[in-house]
Amino acid sequence: MAKQIPLVDYLSLDGEPHLVANECTGCGARYFDRRNACASCSGTDFRKATIPTEGELRAFTIVSFAAPGIPVPFAAGVVDCGGTSVRANVINTDPDPDHVTLGMKVRLATYVVGADTEGTEAIGFGFEPLT
Amino acid sequence: MASDDVWILGIHMTKFGKHTDKDTVDLASEAAMAALADGGVTMKQMGVLAAGNLMNASGGIGQQLQKQVGQTGIPVYNVANACATGATALRVAYMAVKAGECDMGLAVGVEKLSGAGLLSGGARKDDGDTWTPSGRYGAVAAVDGRIGTETMPGVFAQVGMEYLHKNAYDGTSFELFARISEKNHAHSTLNPLAAYQKKFTVEEIMNDVMIAYPNTRPMCSANCDGAAAAVVVSDAKLKTLGPDQQRRAVKIAASVLTTDPWEEACQILPNVNSLTRLAANQAYEKAGIGPEDLDLVELHDCFATAELVHYDNLMLCPEGGAVDFFESGASWRDGKTPVNVSGGLESKGHPIAATGIANIWEVCHHLRGEAGDRQIEGARVGLAHVIGLGSACGVHILERAA
Repeated sequence: MAKQIPLVDYLSLDGEPHLVANECTGCGARYFDRRNACASCSGTDFRKATIPTEGELRAFTIVSFAAPGIPVPFAAGVVDCGGTSVRANVINTDPDPDHVTLGMKVRLATYVVGADTEGTEAIGFGFEPLT
Repeated sequence: MASDDVWILGIHMTKFGKHTDKDTVDLASEAAMAALADGGVTMKQMGVLAAGNLMNASGGIGQQLQKQVGQTGIPVYNVANACATGATALRVAYMAVKAGECDMGLAVGVEKLSGAGLLSGGARKDDGDTWTPSGRYGAVAAVDGRIGTETMPGVFAQVGMEYLHKNAYDGTSFELFARISEKNHAHSTLNPLAAYQKKFTVEEIMNDVMIAYPNTRPMCSANCDGAAAAVVVSDAKLKTLGPDQQRRAVKIAASVLTTDPWEEACQILPNVNSLTRLAANQAYEKAGIGPEDLDLVELHDCFATAELVHYDNLMLCPEGGAVDFFESGASWRDGKTPVNVSGGLESKGHPIAATGIANIWEVCHHLRGEAGDRQIEGARVGLAHVIGLGSACGVHILERAA
């Protein structure tokens, strides 16, 4: 199996793929990047928190114009994963308003973004319909 | 006895559109000179200058403008605050007068944006030969388009869709937003300074080029060139000026700038709601009026999907009731609370740093009874709102001189 690297460091490929956030130990606010102090409560202690892999699509758009190299159209949205909001694309379904709907149940899924010159695969994530 | 009120003495917006023969300094100068003339004053009387030009924020547009219209040694504040840049410039001049540092000030916003194309929030990271994590998310390739979208039409599309979902309006989306756009384009036919003055049917809007569902091209703000400028004056100084100047002066009943308070999800999808509601609440309290007193509103319809949520954020309707508010016809120019009678950003255009002063010009124009064919009869009080993503929100409430 080819060597793999996650597209972003908050995607964990250890075991079942899942997302990991920095969680404020004081108020529970979660961040996918680093913080010097919590933007909510100013606390300075953080721990790692595993984000549920299933959720509900709270908002979406279907993007027809994007940066070079990004296939269009694609569905982008916000998924509520048990109270933590996650930005992601909706994948493994047709990107149209018949297949992507507000409130639909979705689960985390990964795919190969591409391979580099050493054959390492970059692994991206999105959310697919939970059928 | 003078109060600590601050007034708009003179104000101007240039024609919005394509100005191929004018650069940013030309446009800023045109707006500044006309605002000064409108107020019956000159550069020599200004005690402060605040200026914004977002696309060249390090260019020192304020000093460039001085060299073009008058170098008097006064302090210049060059400001940049995303799409709230113009409102921020006005508020800087307002604060200087309010603080008693000077009795008159000039605020200017200018942008050259024709042909700028799609505006995105984040810079693209180049994909290299081998995957190398970099940046705050340790990304090995560009994330815009792979992990959601940072393009403006897409971000604001989600803002509108989220509102529908939250308020159980699922399924009513595309045509609703197209009809909001239909309204603003219809309004624009009465505004000779709008970049586009073309009426569209709902079908034409829905069948136009899809940019980011549900926003088609006519539902997106128009990139164009333009400038706007305003002269502010203290109450004490105004009382020493001529009767016409006093009669045409418009009171700044509230000037508020907010940023987004922390909330869950605000770092996933920009929250343009809470900071607008915060600004509106502060503005209504300062002005001592409520949303029901407003004769017209110019709000930040950078996309049709954004206009909907701001009906609610500015409390023009009961919470959660923006769709019903629009369906009632309230926001059309003959409705209860006319919204964007200028045509809004979708047709008037959105030369970013000019927008936050141009919307105040529109309100002042009506309060002075000088809006011609599109005059809202008897207008006494109006509100102007802008949002800069990131975020900053400016709300100004304006009142006709008694």
